[in-house]
Amino acid sequence: MTKAHIQASRTPAEIVEMPASARVVPISQGRKPMVEISKLYKSYGPIEVLKGCDLVVERGEVVVICGPSGSGKSTLIKCVNGLERFDRGALAVDGVAVGDRASDMTSLRARIGMVFQHFELYPHLTVLQNICLAQVHVLKRSKVEAQAKARALLARVGLPDKEGAYPAQLSGGQQQRVAIARALAMDPVAMLFDEPTSALDPEMIGEVLAVMLELARDGMTMIVVTHEMGFARKAADRVVFMDKGAIVETASTQQFFDEPRAERAKLFLSRILSQ
Amino acid sequence: MTGLDFGVIQRALPFLLEGLALSFFLTAVAMLGGVILGLGLAVIRLSRWKALSILAAGYVNGFRAIPLVLVIFWFYFLVPLALGRSVSALQSVVIAFVLFEAAYYSEIFRAGLQSIRPGQWQAAYACGLGYFQTLRLVVLPQALRNMLPLMITQAVVLFQDTSLVYVISLRDFMTSASIVANRDNRLIETYLFAALVYFVICSIGAASASRLSARWRPA
Amino acid sequence: MNYSWNWSILIQPPYLGWLASGLELTLVISISAWILALIAGTLVGVVGTLPHRIPRMLAATYVDMFRNIPLLLQLFLWFFVVPELLPSRWGFWLKRDLPFPELWTSMLALGLFTSARVAVQVGSGITAVSSGQRMAAVASGMSPAQTYRLVLLPQAFRIVLPPLTSDFLTVFKNSALALTIGVFELTAQSRQIESFTFQGFEAFTAATIVYLVIALLVTFFMRTLERRVALPDTMGAAS
Repeated sequence: MTKAHIQASRTPAEIVEMPASARVVPISQGRKPMVEISKLYKSYGPIEVLKGCDLVVERGEVVVICGPSGSGKSTLIKCVNGLERFDRGALAVDGVAVGDRASDMTSLRARIGMVFQHFELYPHLTVLQNICLAQVHVLKRSKVEAQAKARALLARVGLPDKEGAYPAQLSGGQQQRVAIARALAMDPVAMLFDEPTSALDPEMIGEVLAVMLELARDGMTMIVVTHEMGFARKAADRVVFMDKGAIVETASTQQFFDEPRAERAKLFLSRILSQ
Repeated sequence: MTGLDFGVIQRALPFLLEGLALSFFLTAVAMLGGVILGLGLAVIRLSRWKALSILAAGYVNGFRAIPLVLVIFWFYFLVPLALGRSVSALQSVVIAFVLFEAAYYSEIFRAGLQSIRPGQWQAAYACGLGYFQTLRLVVLPQALRNMLPLMITQAVVLFQDTSLVYVISLRDFMTSASIVANRDNRLIETYLFAALVYFVICSIGAASASRLSARWRPA
Repeated sequence: MNYSWNWSILIQPPYLGWLASGLELTLVISISAWILALIAGTLVGVVGTLPHRIPRMLAATYVDMFRNIPLLLQLFLWFFVVPELLPSRWGFWLKRDLPFPELWTSMLALGLFTSARVAVQVGSGITAVSSGQRMAAVASGMSPAQTYRLVLLPQAFRIVLPPLTSDFLTVFKNSALALTIGVFELTAQSRQIESFTFQGFEAFTAATIVYLVIALLVTFFMRTLERRVALPDTMGAAS
């Protein structure tokens, strides 16, 4: 089954399943791209970190963003759910204008999952409590329902026996898998990954990438900031290369690896692949 | 409420300033005595002499557990008894404050001395310096940087605490203000003025402490 | 030294009763002031960490006001000055109808004075929680209130519990100042016994020992609390 098939069969059901309060998008708009970024600018004081970025991510698409550190990748992905503000440009996610005061950012964020570089599990809560917290307090699910969902997801990320553990008792790879489960528990329409494996010991990267790969195969819309080119090759539909706050190249995965056009992307690829 | 009359402050100003001078004097003496005694207590506490160290710890924790008002009462009662003759309230209060502040300053010194890495001690010993030479020439000069802002903060607290001599009617700024307030029946004006004076002086102290700690923050 | 000891005075009526009622007042004032300080201090500490400048400045002003004026003077301001500055109906009620005004004033003044210290601690505790935690909470759709209540404050309190112990101890010591507006708490009672019997040694020793015991109990209570809320942090301890 191709990705387009999965997407077609999934999208309407997804909208029906969404709680009425969160259904901001009329069904007729369901065909719009998941994320539309145009001419996005942002500065920290005199330093311009985003210089007019354009990017469209379709529903069901997996986009990998790569580039040297300090190129603005993390800032860009954090703009998508409004964790970072931008100065100029337009950004719409699932039909909601981000940065517009009238938009209900809280309900948008509840539908966009995010996975952080340093996991950001809540250290004072157990694994199960971590996964249930936003389900209960944001989505207003019952505790029983939330726990059932949490247990199912823990099984899915391969940690069925860790629900009572505290984050500090888990390895980095385990923590990141719990963080993915925590994000999935909100039934997100899209997932953002901000360098999900760069804080991990090498031997733990694989287990996290495996979970992400499975998610991609299930048709989840994903934007992934990463240096893991193996993951990009296997899972991404498109690769975006950023440098110095600008999107230098956007290409299909095959094209990006086989014949990158931008000089800087070639240089970056040759360096990272020779490691 | 009758109209406010801040003229009362102007008329009582010389009297209030005398009180303020006593507040400053008490602060200075208590700080000086407290720092010297506190340094000694801290050094003893960190030393290898177990019995002395426990005694110093008992002194510090004991003073830190009881109210300053009670300490002032204790010495107001105890000093004349111990000396076998009557002494002025000021003398008993000075002794009380010095001994009380020593407990607090010793904790600042202890934290400051402990903030110096053991390698510094070892390096100095390796050069043939003795214990007190190392303390004086190597450790204290470094520790002082960390401690100075805390010492100023403690001095601000101490300056506020000198107001407690009110309980034995010693005429510091607080007591003087209360005398003026009640004598002229101008409680609002006098206490608000006193609050302003304390606020300005303590704010200056607090600001200089935070400026120092910002400048000396380890890079 | 010429002094006639009489330790039995401490267990004679009415002096034992004086000490007991003094202790009761010390405990009542200190504990209610501490509860007020925790509530107000947490609120101000949170306001001081909000992303906007104006609430942060307000919180800083609050802390400066209560920190840079001696507690004794604050007591006098609440007791003598504030009732005069209020609308006259409230002022009359405070001065004439409110029972035990000196007790309420002590609790309020001591509570607010201490709240400034609590606010500083709580504020620095919240700042010590990594910014990523706030981001993770916001990213999952939590409101600012939920972010503080569910994610930031539970962590901040664990961080500031040890330094809060010393503030809690200080409340008991500072409660002695209530004697200046006529509350016969523990220190005042020991002073009163001294002036009635001239047995200052015994009276002050009794008060000193009671304060030491309070300090030990508070320290023990806070250590126990710290242990109760401590998080397991060793890898694999649960498995």
